[in-house]
Amino acid sequence: MRINLTSIYVDDQRAAHAFYTGVLGFVTRHDIPLGDDFWLTVVSPDAPDGPELLLEPSGHPAVKPYRDALADEGIPLAQFAVDDVEAEYQRLIASGVVFTQQPTDIGPAIVAVFDDTCGNLIQLISEKPA
Amino acid sequence: MTTVFKALDDETRRLILDELAARDGQSLFELCTVLLTRHGVGSTRQAISQHLAVLEDAGLVTTERRGRTKLHHFNREPLAAISQRWPTTGRKQP
Repeated sequence: MRINLTSIYVDDQRAAHAFYTGVLGFVTRHDIPLGDDFWLTVVSPDAPDGPELLLEPSGHPAVKPYRDALADEGIPLAQFAVDDVEAEYQRLIASGVVFTQQPTDIGPAIVAVFDDTCGNLIQLISEKPA
Repeated sequence: MTTVFKALDDETRRLILDELAARDGQSLFELCTVLLTRHGVGSTRQAISQHLAVLEDAGLVTTERRGRTKLHHFNREPLAAISQRWPTTGRKQP
């Protein structure tokens, strides 16, 4: 069994696409009109055949209370791996990205949490060399 | 002032203040992470939230929103009130 696709809810699919590709650096895998919305997925340029992240419309009434409660406490909805959290932190704040947690040493790894501007908090992690 | 002493009379709450003194403005998630990874405090999120409520009642912690996230800050003013009541003399203890 493999993790093939996972999704996060976004307030605006086009704005989310711009942020996830233009700012974060993911690449589009699928962008297919589907009624009023899109089947919109991105992948890492390092793993174009790897797991897809579906940027899913947030219209379902259960989504808002779910995300509001998590965002209130600063809980991230997804985790992305990077080589160097501190370098990504500097790069992203230069692009205007807001972090709710600055790079933090948690022992085996460095983590940070930012706001994806689409309604979600995302954690970055870089594992320390063994 | 009673609530201040009560609030300080707990190791987890003192650790929360230590961590806020080291980095002010943390979310509940971040505090839970650092308490667990740096101090081995594996209390539930709900328990840490209750500790923060006690600290907030005592005026030792204030909160503000950054975007949609609630951040916690260390407010030292109640501690200053303690030193005003019992000022240190500046003499070294024998």
